[in-house]
Amino acid sequence: MAKGELTAIVGVNGIGKSTLLRTLGNVQPKLSGSITLNKLPLEQHTIAELAAEISVVLTEPIASKNLTVKELISLGRQPYTNWIGTLTEDDKEKISLAMDMVQISELRSKKCYELSDGQLQRVMIARAIAQDTQLILLDEPTTHLDLYHKVQILKLLKSIAHTTKKTILFTTHEIEIAIQLCDKMLILEKNQSTFGSPCELIRMKSFENLFPSNTITFDAETGSFRVNK
Amino acid sequence: MLQLKTYRIYFILLLLVMSICFMVNISLGSVSIPLEDTLNAIIGRTTKVDSWSYIIWNYRIPKAFTAILVGSGLALSGLLMQTLFRNPLAGPFVLGISAGASLGAALLILGSALFSGIFLGMVNDISLALASSIGSFLVLLAVMVVAAKVKDTMALLIIGLMFGSITTAVVSVLSYFSSAEKLQQYVYWSFGSIGNLSWNQLLLLLMIIAIGILISIFSIKPLNALLLGESYAKSLGVNMKRSRYSIIVATGLLAGGVTAFAGPIAFIGLAVPHLTRQIFNTTDHKVLVPAVLIYGAILMLICDTIAQMPNSASVLPINAITSIIGAPVVIWLLLRKRKMIF
Repeated sequence: MAKGELTAIVGVNGIGKSTLLRTLGNVQPKLSGSITLNKLPLEQHTIAELAAEISVVLTEPIASKNLTVKELISLGRQPYTNWIGTLTEDDKEKISLAMDMVQISELRSKKCYELSDGQLQRVMIARAIAQDTQLILLDEPTTHLDLYHKVQILKLLKSIAHTTKKTILFTTHEIEIAIQLCDKMLILEKNQSTFGSPCELIRMKSFENLFPSNTITFDAETGSFRVNK
Repeated sequence: MLQLKTYRIYFILLLLVMSICFMVNISLGSVSIPLEDTLNAIIGRTTKVDSWSYIIWNYRIPKAFTAILVGSGLALSGLLMQTLFRNPLAGPFVLGISAGASLGAALLILGSALFSGIFLGMVNDISLALASSIGSFLVLLAVMVVAAKVKDTMALLIIGLMFGSITTAVVSVLSYFSSAEKLQQYVYWSFGSIGNLSWNQLLLLLMIIAIGILISIFSIKPLNALLLGESYAKSLGVNMKRSRYSIIVATGLLAGGVTAFAGPIAFIGLAVPHLTRQIFNTTDHKVLVPAVLIYGAILMLICDTIAQMPNSASVLPINAITSIIGAPVVIWLLLRKRKMIF
């Protein structure tokens, strides 16, 4: 994958989007195949090395909702702090930079249980940014959000990818929004997976077979799906 | 270390309260000794009655130190468990670790009558301490094995309760077959007592607790990462396997060591971390670890002062006092905040 690009993984429920993402993030052991990071197989990197290369935003809720926003984002600096986790000036700067980037600075002393789903998702993204990794993986970052907040999150991810030159990979069900916003898309299907820019994929008619054609068809003109009544 | 500085004033106040509680604790007891003589005894001057100095140095001061160690140890083990198991209800009692210690003690005290050939004459303080430590460690390991298999924390609590039931059942079976004398010995142990430790035993307990605290301090970073959950902790570079084991060993040393020497003492481990969070509005273990240590010591000193019923000859079981104080505190916290978060 290229630097500074936003890539979406799409596919039907149960095809293995999350499994793929969690395996890439070393959250769960791989089933088969090989993953290469910086020309080395993933398992040859230590956990500590990976922490400085890959950050994740998962679907599972955080264990303690009693954390304040600032404490949560500060945890993103753990790979770089000393044995007891003392934050240096540099760390603090990166933390406030991350908060500015997702515009949550005014929430810094709020507790996580006081936040809305959309706010919490942005906080989790800020934590991943504070971890300062080349690669950010997000598992369904837009679930439980309304259309406006879905678009807001994905636009935010796009601008982060383009301004910081980080590589961002996420899974989603929002294919129509992803077509409009992403640089690249990966379509997972049972027999084959296709990868390319949204326009290429539309030209290759890759979206047509995603869903059973007697229920849903893809309109290549508008880049949207239509329900067959 | 900005966090610690922010809370410096609270720490100073808490230490002050602890010193006052310590002084009150050693100046009150079944024999009434004037405050002036208590102070004289401490700084090594002669007291009006010779036995007063003896009482203070060989009974009250060791007991007060035991209270501090017991309170700190249980409170810290409670904090570690709440973070590790991601559960605000976790504590040595709820997860069955105290039950395991009780089972060890019961097998030794009551079982020695049944298997007299093997255990004859082996029931003394050291073997009792050993038996209950082994018991609590075994239960802790069982809980860990289950925790690795089931991700559901409710299941863990139920398993803890089941261990409690098994203990009760085994104890009833054993007590049915054992002599009244042995039974009494076990019942007294289960009341909990912090007054019987010699200076040597105190030193041993101090070493166990100190190792537990040391391991906890080195686990502060993984503990903080665990606030996000295990997957996130791993993605932050935490070696989960090693951290989990060190946290469990620390918990076992703290809770097992205390239960071994002082018997099962309820609610301190569960309630103190929550009480601490009322004062220290943070989840950072850098602040919480020292805070629960001091807070636990204070609460235990207060409970012990009440338990010894000043100026009367009788002493109440310490386990009853901590429950009477601890249970309403937990209920009050739940009612006030409507939810228990950690």
